[in-house]
Amino acid sequence: MEFKDYYRILGVERSATEDEIKKAYRKLARKYHPDLSKEKDAEARMKEINEAYEVLKDPEKRAAYDQLGGRYRGGQEFRPPPDWGTGFEFSHGPFASADFSDFFNSLFGGFGRAGRGFHARGEDHHARILVDLEDTFHGATRMLTLRVPQMDPQGRLVTRERLLQVHIPKGIREGEMIRLAGQGAPGVAGGPAGDLYLEVHFNPHPIYRVDGRDLYVTLPLAPWEAALGATVKAPTPTGPVEVRIPAGSQNGRKLRLKGKGIPGDPPGDLYLVLEVVLPPADSEKAQEVYRSMAERLAFNPRRGLGV
Amino acid sequence: MAGSIITATVGIWIGDQGVLSLEELAMACSAETEWIIELVDLGVLTPQGGDRSSWRFGATDLGRARRLLRLCRDFEVNLAAAAVILDLLEETERLRARLRRAGLEVD
Repeated sequence: MEFKDYYRILGVERSATEDEIKKAYRKLARKYHPDLSKEKDAEARMKEINEAYEVLKDPEKRAAYDQLGGRYRGGQEFRPPPDWGTGFEFSHGPFASADFSDFFNSLFGGFGRAGRGFHARGEDHHARILVDLEDTFHGATRMLTLRVPQMDPQGRLVTRERLLQVHIPKGIREGEMIRLAGQGAPGVAGGPAGDLYLEVHFNPHPIYRVDGRDLYVTLPLAPWEAALGATVKAPTPTGPVEVRIPAGSQNGRKLRLKGKGIPGDPPGDLYLVLEVVLPPADSEKAQEVYRSMAERLAFNPRRGLGV
Repeated sequence: MAGSIITATVGIWIGDQGVLSLEELAMACSAETEWIIELVDLGVLTPQGGDRSSWRFGATDLGRARRLLRLCRDFEVNLAAAAVILDLLEETERLRARLRRAGLEVD
């Protein structure tokens, strides 16, 4: 595994005081907190920052970490020395995280929290899963690759890669979850494994916008279709349908196709947001039509402005 | 890295209809049940069902509870402050969702 330079992660000197460490942590937490940050790698960065802080804010852990001293650089291949941790007793705060790195776990033991007895149940794990909107219309099967740290029979930490075949149920919505029993962290000393929670999110769709169980799609119309009414084709995730556009429809008007949203009980709706598109006046013929409209229609679009 | 194992597994769908018991929700958050009860008392979580033993929580509850945990831990603030941050975050998300729905790009 790789050695992690916790001082560099927090951007402080090895001689930093507790106060300096706290300040550096707070500044980084504001920048990279996944709930607030727009940075792409915020979640991974925050994990790293939390882990560094967990060690450096705790005098015992920091002292033990410092004993490894300048012998390693960040990213360097690392094995804990055999005499590691003697003379120290590590405790975990109330929020000790299950998802710290192998490096952290091998040094400070991330398995099961302090105070839990034997046969403890493994921690529940959480992950996000990206699916296509189409998957919730038809149901789908997805393969997931999980990297899970495990103890081998000799008590060493190894990373195992696991492939999981997961069924995406028809009708699932953004933010809902799929819970996989026994796919979380392994139990301690024969205790049952934790569960894995997958939070479902949709890949952005080129046509549809999702809002809960409803879908929105912009439907372009020619001016005469909007003005005179027409029957036009509109897309739905289950195939095109014919829609009647009422005469006199204006830009932004919404037509609701009941039950054409995400399946369920009740199913969501599909909203067509009308958008009138002007034909380009790029030919003599087209210009003639516009001129004729200007002459023959007494139309002042700015009447409402009093001008 | 050891060899990979393929497991086919059947999941339980957790939607907005309550599925999780108090104990299951606490476990999913790696938190104590007392902490979850505090969130219900605070009005942050709204389980279905009457008394504690019949409480059932959904996906929204689990998401909110985990976010609150992160906020409390990462900013070293108390629950009341974290709950306010959570409200503001959710408000921002609702507004972003409305922009997206209207077809406007959100960065």
